[in-house]
Amino acid sequence: MTETTSTSRQRTGAGDAPPLVRAVNVMKSFHGNEVLKGIDLTVHRGEVVVLLGPSGSGKTTFLRCINQLETIDGGRIWVDGELMGYREDDKGHLHHLTDKQVAAQRRDIGMVFQRFNLFPHKTALENLIEAPMQVKGISKKEATARAHELLEHVGLADKPSAYPGALSGGQQQRVAIARALAMDPKLMLFDEPTSALDPELVGEVLRVMRDLAKAGMTMIVVTHEMGFAREVADHVVFMDAGVVCEEGTAREVIGNPQQERTKSFLRRMRSEEQQERQDEQDLEQA
Amino acid sequence: MSETQGGGSDRPGVIHARPVPHPGRWVALVAILVLVAMMISSFMTNERWNFPKALEIMQQAPVIEGLLKGTIAGTLGGMAIGVVGGVLIAVLRLSQNPILRFVSFAYTWFFRGIPRLVLLAMIGSGVGYLYRRVDFGVPFGQQFAQWLGLSQDFTFFTLNVNQFSSTLLAGIVGLGLSEAAYMAEIARAGILSVDKGQAEAAQALGMNRGITLRRIVLPQAMRVIVPPTGNETIAMVKDTSLLSAIPVITELFYQTSAIGSRTLLIMPAFVAVTAWYLIVGSVLMVGQFYLERYFGRGFGMTRRQARKAQAKRVARPAGMGGA
Ligand SMILES: Nc1ncnc2c1ncn2[C@@H]1O[C@H](COP(=O)(O)OP(=O)(O)O)[C@@H](O)[C@H]1O
Ligand SMILES: [Mg+2]
Repeated sequence: MTETTSTSRQRTGAGDAPPLVRAVNVMKSFHGNEVLKGIDLTVHRGEVVVLLGPSGSGKTTFLRCINQLETIDGGRIWVDGELMGYREDDKGHLHHLTDKQVAAQRRDIGMVFQRFNLFPHKTALENLIEAPMQVKGISKKEATARAHELLEHVGLADKPSAYPGALSGGQQQRVAIARALAMDPKLMLFDEPTSALDPELVGEVLRVMRDLAKAGMTMIVVTHEMGFAREVADHVVFMDAGVVCEEGTAREVIGNPQQERTKSFLRRMRSEEQQERQDEQDLEQA
Repeated sequence: MSETQGGGSDRPGVIHARPVPHPGRWVALVAILVLVAMMISSFMTNERWNFPKALEIMQQAPVIEGLLKGTIAGTLGGMAIGVVGGVLIAVLRLSQNPILRFVSFAYTWFFRGIPRLVLLAMIGSGVGYLYRRVDFGVPFGQQFAQWLGLSQDFTFFTLNVNQFSSTLLAGIVGLGLSEAAYMAEIARAGILSVDKGQAEAAQALGMNRGITLRRIVLPQAMRVIVPPTGNETIAMVKDTSLLSAIPVITELFYQTSAIGSRTLLIMPAFVAVTAWYLIVGSVLMVGQFYLERYFGRGFGMTRRQARKAQAKRVARPAGMGGA
C-alpha cells in the first residue's frame, strides 16, 4: 500500500490486458426464486466497480457467487483467468472442484462483510495472522510483522491486543479490511461495509477504502454511499431484480441516468445522501 | 464542564441513598442459624455419626485406591473419551455426507437409549462371552487367507476380550462410549450456536472446512459446550460407582460400603464416601471456572473486570463539577 500513495493508479491499458474478473450470464436461484438472472460484469486490474441497486436486487448474492460462498446455477465466473468453482475437461464437461481447491481459489479474493464477522475470540492482531499462518503457512513472526504494518495503515496501530468486542463498529470494520488484506488478495469485495455503522463512523472506513483504491487495489464495492461512488468508482453498475439495468462511469450512471428505474432509485437515495454528506463534513471539521 | 461548587450549588449532587430494607432476609438468617445449630448439636451428641471413624475410613488404603483408580481415573478417562467422541459424532451429524449423518444418529440413538448400568454389565460379562478375542487386521482377511491357501492371515494384533472385558479400562471405555452420546448433543448445540458469518469469514480467507472448524468454529462453540460439560463431568464422578457392575471393585463406593458392612460402621462409611464425592465435585467446579474464563475470552467482561470498571466509575463520577 505504501509504495503507491501518489496519484498513479496502476490501471493497465484497458483493452489489451485480460480482465481480472469476468462474469458472464451468472444465474442463481434459491428454491425456485430467481435472484440473479444473467449478470455480466468485467473488472479490469486496478479498477473500482461500485454496485448500486435497491435492497433485494441481488448485490450481496452476486458478490458471494464471485468467491463461491454461493454456487452458481448458470453462467461462468473467471478471476484472473481461472474458472471459479469448476474444472472444464477436454470434452467441455464441468467438474466440481474439491473443498481444498475452492479454498485455494478464495485465498486471492478478500471479502469485507456488512456485519464485520471478525473472530470474537481472537484479538485484532490474532484476527490478522490467523489465515496467513494457517492457510499460507507463513511464520508467526513474519505474519505478526505484516499485521502490525496493516493495522497501522488502517489507523489502528494502538489496538493489536484489543478484542473485537472492545472496538467500535468503525474500528472493527477497519480490522476486517486489514484481515482481508493480510492474505495479499488480488481482488477485494465489499458488501455494504458501512451500512451497519453509526453515521459518524462511516467516514473512517471510507477513508481506508479510498486509500486502498488509490494504491491500485481492484475492488468491487456494494454501497449506498453516493459520494464515495462518484469520487472513487471507475465504473458504476446499477442492478435491479437480478439484472444489470444500467452501467457506465459514475458521471453517466449517477449524474445522468437513462433508465427510469435508475432515476427513481437515485431520487430515493438523494435525500439520504445529503444527510450523510453533512455528517461527513462535520467529521472532517472535527 | 460547568464549574459548580459542591456546597453552594442548588444542582443535585452525589447520591447517598438508603438501601431498600429486607426484613425477610434477617428472618431467614435466624431460622437457618437455628437449624444449623441443631444439626451440629446432633453431630456432637449422637455418637452413631462417629465422625472420627468416618475420617479414618476416608484414609484407608483400599478407599484411596478406589478413589484414585475407579473414581478419578474413571471420570477423567470416561470424560476424555466422551468429549472427543462426542465432538466427533457431532461433526459427523452436521456433515454433508448423509451416510455419516446416519451413523452419528444411530450411535446416539443406541448409547443414549440404554442405561449405563446395563451397558457396563453387558460389557463385563456378555461381550467377553460372545467374542473371546478380537483380531485387528484386514476385514475378512482370515477368510481370504484360508480361501487362497496363504499362511499370512492379515491379522495385525489380537485383543483377548475375555480378559479385557473385566478390567477397569473396559469399564472406562464403556462409560466413555455412553458419555459420547450425550456429549454429541451438547457439542452439536455448541457448534450450531456459532454465527454462520464466522465460518463464512473463515472460508472467504481461504480456510478449508477442517481449519475453519478447528480454529474458528469449535473454539467459539466451547463457550457454550463447557458449562453443560461440567455438569456431565460431575454426573460422571457419581456414575463411576456403576463400575462395580463390570465387576470392577477398585472404586470408591464399593470399597467404603464394604468396609461399612464388614465393621458395622454403616453411617461413618456413608459419611466418608459422601465427603469424598463432595471434595472431588468441588475441585471440578474450580476447574470449570477457569475453563469457562478461558473460552469466554473476547466475550464481554469477566466478573473481576466488571468490578474494576465499576470501581473506576464510582471513583470518577461523571458530571460532578468541583465536588
Ligand atoms: N440463502 C438464501 N436463501 C433464500 N433466499 C435468499 C438467500 N440469500 C438471498 N436470498 C434472496 O435473494 C434476494 C436477493 O438478496 P441479496 O442478494 O441479499 O440482495 P441485496 O444484497 O441486493 O439486498 C432476496 O430476495 C433474498 O431474499
Ligand atoms: Mg445486501
